[in-house]
Parts: sequence; structure tokens; C-alpha cells
Amino acid sequence: MSEKQEFDSRLQAVLRRVYGEQIALASANRLSGGASQETWLLTLNGTGAPETLILRRAPEGMEATDDSRAIGLPNEARLIRKAAAAGVAVPEVVHVLEPDEGVGEGFIMSRVEGETIARRILRNDEYAKARENLPAQCGRALAGIHRIDGSDVPRIRKSTGLAQVEQYEQTYQEIGVCRPIFDLAIVWLKENAPKPLEPMLVHGDFRLGNIMVDEQGLAAVLDWELAHYGDPREDIGWMCTNSWRFGQSEKRLGGFGDVEPLLDAYAAAGGAEFTPRDIDWWDMLGSMKWGIMCMGMYETFRSGADASVERAAIGRRVSETEMDLVNLLEGQRYA
Amino acid sequence: MHDQPSVSELVQAVKNFVDHSAMPELKGRAAFHARVASNVLATILRDLDARDANDAAEYERLKALLPDSDGKSRQALNEELQVRIRSGELTIESAALMEHLKKTAIAQLKVDQPKYSGLATAIED
Repeated sequence: MSEKQEFDSRLQAVLRRVYGEQIALASANRLSGGASQETWLLTLNGTGAPETLILRRAPEGMEATDDSRAIGLPNEARLIRKAAAAGVAVPEVVHVLEPDEGVGEGFIMSRVEGETIARRILRNDEYAKARENLPAQCGRALAGIHRIDGSDVPRIRKSTGLAQVEQYEQTYQEIGVCRPIFDLAIVWLKENAPKPLEPMLVHGDFRLGNIMVDEQGLAAVLDWELAHYGDPREDIGWMCTNSWRFGQSEKRLGGFGDVEPLLDAYAAAGGAEFTPRDIDWWDMLGSMKWGIMCMGMYETFRSGADASVERAAIGRRVSETEMDLVNLLEGQRYA
Repeated sequence: MHDQPSVSELVQAVKNFVDHSAMPELKGRAAFHARVASNVLATILRDLDARDANDAAEYERLKALLPDSDGKSRQALNEELQVRIRSGELTIESAALMEHLKKTAIAQLKVDQPKYSGLATAIED
């Protein structure tokens, strides 16, 4: 048996434990993902099971380690179940993989129909209604997420705004490049850090690309691996960061809308009351973080760990965030 | 050294090959990486074109911005700028600093990602 056949056969055994012996795995196709996180589309034959499912897995040996910021797939599955219980639109987790099942670490979830590719969501006519609905839907979803009690889920760290500035400053200094715009942004962020709020569970990567969108708008919140305890404004500011407006700068919220309807819906659903100005600091934090993440991804090329042209090229995206930081810092000068 | 074809012409030739011969034959991840490669080749062409003038202009601005700059390299002056920013001596309240950083960012982005939305925002102001 080939390695893939062996994998498929183990996977079928898992699915039969969940749905019964009458079902069969028709195919398992890898959709995307990096070295440590894979997404697979599974198709099933037989009654009593969905026709398609999604598998999220890390191959053996590639699981998130304790020092990584990612919480690991089993914890991600726990959080998704809690989010579902809190009324947040998420896929249904149908099974969390056990080590003795031999298919790695991860979980199987329902397949939610829709689109994740930001440029299509922002430009295609069929998502016009979705773009209208998304701001308020995102506000309600975030209010739900921020209410989740994750205290019994291991490995969820606490990371406040100022701690993130310091963490990324350290990464920037370790990389050792001289890009004074980042120094200026870091100094400004440190001196103007807002008073911290009581930490709550935040998604940590809430933006287009990580949400499933259908013609009516938000269908599911995905990619929970960076969840942590932090400031609720972080999730709002990240979606406002210009890098995640995908070319539609004039629409502050993700390139599809204004932030005001999100804030209104957030407060109406029980979240705190914020003004658009309250999000400014987090918006700049987002540009600073993404710029330093790009530097870090380029470092994996420079160090020889990843020889791909994509990893090299991302180093030339740092200047996008430099431009955004200059624009934002200029705005603060006149604020 | 001869320059027929020049470095730019050679890069353009490789880009032509990637765009018109290789890319149509590729699928999936390989096609994605070919598109990235083509974009990188376009960046190289812009970099070859603009680097000398951009470096010279940046150097002149740094000399005007920082005292006692005679005889110091552009890199040394950038490091000095970094120190002065980190110490809080130069802040966003300095119009000269902001103008320098903005011009530097615009020049770099015109080479790296000329279609990026933030560039249009900066040039509008």
C-alpha cells in the first residue's frame, strides 16, 4: 500500500467510527496549507454521513510546539465548539483526531459553503449583499467570541496590546535590519498605548481570508490557531489594517465597509462601546505587526530554511506596511 | 564588460519566458509560484532602474536631516536616524523627519509594489 492509500485507509477507519461501517471514504484531496497545517476536502459515500467534510491536520512531528504562538489543532477544535455554543457561526467539529488513529493531529469538521478569497468577496457582484451585511455580522460575531470562557482550554496565552508591541520590537531587533519607520511606529505605539481593558478571548486573526462568506455574508469564522486572551479592540483593528483591505483602502473595515456599523452591532450584542478613534492605535499595531511578520517570513528564505520564490518575494512587501505606517503616523500628527 | 544584452534585457527575456512559455503550462502551486516569479522579475527591473537615484536622494535627505553628517555613509546615517528615533529625540512632530520618511517609503514602494493602495493614498496627500 502506498503512503497515501495507508493514510486514506486510516482516515476511513476514523470516519466509520464516527458514522458507522456503511460509509466509505471516496476521496481525500489536499486543498492548501503550509508545512505544519493542512486542509483536506473529504468526500464520502454511504448513508448517514455528509457528502463532504473538511480535515484540518498537522502531520506527525509538525504539531504546534509549546513555544509557538499557535494553540494547536486540538485546542482550536475545543474553541470552535465553544464558539458554536456561544452562537458564533463556525463549522461543526465532528471529530478530534486521537494519536492512536495514526493520521496526525487535527480535527474533522463540516464543510461550510462559501468563499474565503478576499479579492472575490470584495469585487464579485454575487457578494454585493454580503458586503452590506458583513460589518454588523462581524460585530455580532466578535461580541460572541469575546464572551467565550476558554479557561479550561490549554495553551491559550495572554497577550495585551503593549506586550505585542514589545514582542514584535524584539523580533525586529533580532532580525537586525535598519528601517527607521518601524522604530518610529514602535516608539509612538509605546507612548500612546491605550489603557488596557480586562483581557478576554480574542480570535487573533480575524480578517478576510479567515472567514467563510456566502451571498448573505458571514457563514463561518475559521482559523482559530492564534486565539489568545487580549484586548477586544485587537480583533477589530486587525480587520481595519490596510494590508487586509486588499486594495480597497477607502473602506476601512476589511475593504468592504465602515467600522461604525461593526461597532454599533458589537455594542448592541453586549460588547463594550468603542468609537472609531478607539481603533486607531490597533490599526497601526496591525500594520507594524504584519510588516515585521513579512520580515520574519523573508528571514526563512535568507536563512536557507525555505528556498521558495514566494518567501523571498514577501520581503518586498515590508514597504507596503512602511507606507501605511507613515500615512497613519502623519494622521496622528494632525490628530 | 559587455552589456549587450544588458542585465535589464536579460531579465526581461527571462520574464518573457516565464509569462508566455512557462506559466501557461503550469497548474496549481507551480503556477502560483510562476506568477510570483514574474512579479519578482518586474521588481528587479524597477530596482535596476531606480536604485542609484533613490539611494542618492535618500543620502542627500539624511545629510540635511542629521547634524555632523560629513563623511558618513548612507547606512551609517540611517543607523544614526534609528538611534535618534528610539531615544525620542526625533518624533512625529518633526516635519523634516516625516517628509524624509514619506519620500523614502514612496520611493521604495514604487519599486517593490507600485500598485499597492497605500501608495496612492500617500501621493494624494
